[in-house]
Amino acid sequence: MGLLARRNLFHDKVRFAVTLTGIVFALVLIIIQFGLFLGFTTTTSNNIDHSNADLWIVFHGVGYFDTGRNFSERKFYQVLSTPGVERAEKYMQAFGRWKRPDGREENIQVIGFHPGSGLGEPWNVVQGSTADLRQEDSVLVDELYREKLGVREIGDRVEIGDHRARVVGFTRGIRSFTTSPFVYATFKTSLDYTNPASSEDSTAYILVKAAEGVAPKQLKERLSERLNDVDVYTTAEFSRKTRFYWMFTTGAGLAVLTAALMGLVVGVAVVAQTIYAATMDHIREYGTLKAMGATNRYLYRVLIEQAVWSAVLGYGLAMIVAHFIVAASEKGGAVILMPWLMSAGMLVLAIVMCITAALVSINKVTRIDPAMVFRG
Amino acid sequence: MRQGDAWAVIRARGLSKIYREGKTELRALDGVDLEVRAGELTLLMGPSGSGKTTLLSILGCILRASAGKLEVLGEDVATLQESELPRIRREAIGFVFQGFNLFPTLTAEENVALSLDVRGIPRSKANKRAEELLREVGLLEKARSFPADLSGGQKQRVAIARALAGDPPILLADEPTAALDSTSGRTVIELLQRLAHVHGRAVVLVTHDPRVLSYGDRIIHLEDGRILREEKNSEGVMSEPASIEAAATPMGISREFSI
Repeated sequence: MGLLARRNLFHDKVRFAVTLTGIVFALVLIIIQFGLFLGFTTTTSNNIDHSNADLWIVFHGVGYFDTGRNFSERKFYQVLSTPGVERAEKYMQAFGRWKRPDGREENIQVIGFHPGSGLGEPWNVVQGSTADLRQEDSVLVDELYREKLGVREIGDRVEIGDHRARVVGFTRGIRSFTTSPFVYATFKTSLDYTNPASSEDSTAYILVKAAEGVAPKQLKERLSERLNDVDVYTTAEFSRKTRFYWMFTTGAGLAVLTAALMGLVVGVAVVAQTIYAATMDHIREYGTLKAMGATNRYLYRVLIEQAVWSAVLGYGLAMIVAHFIVAASEKGGAVILMPWLMSAGMLVLAIVMCITAALVSINKVTRIDPAMVFRG
Repeated sequence: MRQGDAWAVIRARGLSKIYREGKTELRALDGVDLEVRAGELTLLMGPSGSGKTTLLSILGCILRASAGKLEVLGEDVATLQESELPRIRREAIGFVFQGFNLFPTLTAEENVALSLDVRGIPRSKANKRAEELLREVGLLEKARSFPADLSGGQKQRVAIARALAGDPPILLADEPTAALDSTSGRTVIELLQRLAHVHGRAVVLVTHDPRVLSYGDRIIHLEDGRILREEKNSEGVMSEPASIEAAATPMGISREFSI
């Protein structure tokens, strides 16, 4: 049975190549779409997930990271005086205007933090360091945006919101989902760049580290009771809210998930068509098998084995193609993520897809009249 | 002695088959009574549309009769569920087709072994048996050849080896010599005759081929779905079956077989 399945599958090499192409196309399409989805979701909450904070305190009603609204600094001192808080830092996020050396302007997101605090710092700094930000009017940007921001190396000078700025370092792989690159500066410098309405109301977020032995949830409740007009989230909660906002409220997630679903449908259709055509080519042989006493179950196993072979080989090729695409995406504006769980899931998906596709053929084979073998 | 009931591996009484298409009815078989006996080569002859192939399909448990009674090795086929018919075919019947129906992607040996795979025989045992059968039909040297590389006669001998793989007491052949030249046709019919006369199998042949007439023990002439007449061919009767008892063994009991 195994031999027949393999021979029938591999005998017509052109047809088999078409089958594999269909499977690879579908799987790569699904991998890219799901990978983009994962990449997008990760990107939207990047700064939260890398903040090293236990809690995020935000202006009441702020639902996601990119719309931080400033509130009074007094709250910061209230937080500091709350039992169970080991450390708290002010954190700023605001949109600003970046004037390139050639005069062109770009929108940016300014992130203000306290270098050395261990909270809310940029990560993956590949040139310079966060400590260099202590120099006046200095910023860190991601090397992905060198071109967009018109800077090439450390020392390049630009203007942000009519203030001078000097690039003192680069990060690697910190993307912005909003297309406005993140520009990291000290909290104080970031205020210069974003001009809040009043220096009193200058804090967009307060990042909190709980003292050892204090559960973040417990501290969250304590802070919520003490503070008015703000919301307190655990880092995971705020991250989830931000991801959910971008992925499902804006429709961005729906678009990539729909495309992934389309990939699945296309894959099933292509594979179903090719397996069906191959079955029809061998229909007389299946009739002969039935006449010889083969049960429907025996024939199903032949077809399912063909489907599984197609799936496994198609998956192998798709993973090779996907590997190159994922690697290439690391240097692009949108990252495609393919964690191992997704890779394993794709194998299961490929097998399910191919077996689903084989159902059309299974239905056909079930209906074969073995008496056909006596008809010329 | 040879026509005694003990040798009747198939008994058909009043077999009828009606095909319906819309309001049109076609009576392909009309009250056929027939006994197929072990050790005999039975020829079914008649013009196109006379019901030969329909009768062969019913005798082979591939098609159900519209009316009548059919016993295969003593088992009443009419009372069996549809799902049990494949078991009867596996255990009792081997088929040989006009167009050979070999699997083009498998070698001669694999084609024969596939018939055993269908019966759940392990691969190594199936391959060994396939080799034995190909040796018996004189094609061992072609065991690794694909059907496309075999002549018509060779293909039909592989098909006969395949039909014998499950050691069936009944062999049903549909025009097995029609697509063959005279030499190949003679080789094939002699092989089938030997299977009947030497090894005690019941062989039924549907044929138009006048070259095979002299080989049949019985010639049954069909027309318009009825048996017109039956002839006995004394010239075709050769030696007594060598393994009559084996041929009449009820299904399900394993028998060693060699051509």
